[in-house]
Amino acid sequence: MRDWPLWEVFVRSRRGLSHVHVGSLHAPDAEMALRNARDLYTRRQEGVSLWVVPAAEIVASSPDEADAFFDPAADKIYRHPTFYDVPEGVEHL
Amino acid sequence: MVGVYGNDFTAPDETAPRPATGDEPETFRALLEGEGRVEPRDDLPDAYRRTLVRQIAQHAHSEIIGMQPEGNWISRAPSLRRKAILMAKVQDEAGHGLYLYAAAETLGVDRADLLDQLHSGRQKYSSIFNYPTLTWADVGAIGWLVDGAAIVNQVPLCRCSYGPYARAMIRVCKEESFHQRQGFEILHTLSHGTPAQKAMAQDAVDRYWWPSLMMFGPPDDDSPNSAQSMAWGIKRFSNDDLRQRFVDMTVPQAEALGLTLPDPEIRWNDERGHYDFGEVDFTELFEVIKGNGPCNAERMAHRVRAHEDGAWVREAANAYADKQAARAGADVA
Repeated sequence: MRDWPLWEVFVRSRRGLSHVHVGSLHAPDAEMALRNARDLYTRRQEGVSLWVVPAAEIVASSPDEADAFFDPAADKIYRHPTFYDVPEGVEHL
Repeated sequence: MVGVYGNDFTAPDETAPRPATGDEPETFRALLEGEGRVEPRDDLPDAYRRTLVRQIAQHAHSEIIGMQPEGNWISRAPSLRRKAILMAKVQDEAGHGLYLYAAAETLGVDRADLLDQLHSGRQKYSSIFNYPTLTWADVGAIGWLVDGAAIVNQVPLCRCSYGPYARAMIRVCKEESFHQRQGFEILHTLSHGTPAQKAMAQDAVDRYWWPSLMMFGPPDDDSPNSAQSMAWGIKRFSNDDLRQRFVDMTVPQAEALGLTLPDPEIRWNDERGHYDFGEVDFTELFEVIKGNGPCNAERMAHRVRAHEDGAWVREAANAYADKQAARAGADVA
């Protein structure tokens, strides 16, 4: 028999916070995926909103190329406020 | 072989796939040395992957088989309160199984294949679930002792080197503490009830104590896979250390319950700073692992029947999904 596809589940734990990945599950369609996600990942009121995304639809960066991929940010420390010298006594900057 | 709630060991005359300690990718070794977490798409040594698949799958199987001994008492729970609690607990075990199957699948295996391997006996589950639940007090003993032992085994797994397994264990451990407390409460109530109720609680503890100690696996000298699992950051403490931790935790709790543990050798050892306890009979453990426990055949038969009886539900859900998809396609066209 055909296996149910895999869905990734994201939960917003309360209003004002973003959805966070919590795990995955199998379900035949999106509606069942949502219901299963409710039963599996929010049995103790862990969330106020759920997203389910077909796992096959997620495009991910490759860990093998992570160094090269993220490297361009490494030498741009001037993007951080701590890079700058602030004269003594200057406040609210 | 049997993964005991997150442990991994074999009966002496069974063959475990020996992890081939070959070349490990540099990135993998660097991650382990830095106490970093390994994630699914990293370059993993095959032996690490195989060991994790086996352990996580058997852990998952243990969770879903573990629904049976307690499910046995749902319809006969002594009150609506106890019944609601027990249903929630059994539902949690199903959930724990699903978290763990999902973690195993991140290693490139298929849940359906893992279930096939359980059903055909190629993968096993914790031997503790091959003991029967003869009385209501057994439900208490399972919560207090079996889940208590499981927690001791599982808490270190929250720091396991494999990220998805560690994350699943964090969820599981949060939920297990309710399981242990409800078991303790059942026994406490019985122990402070009529003499017959207290005797029932004592009998359950007498039968579940030694099998609970066996859950930690064979003694360290006799646990060939432990060293490799520790080197890989899968296992953090030895079987004997975890067993000692469980005994130290449990002895004072038994006193609070007003029940005795069936081991005359239990006594506080000031010098060691631990409780001494008697020798565990591991021949019994290995017999149960090999299939000769009181309920092995019954558990498997029930599991396979439930799976087969549910086939029409899975088929119907597929048919419905196909129909909805076809309709959506027609609407677009």
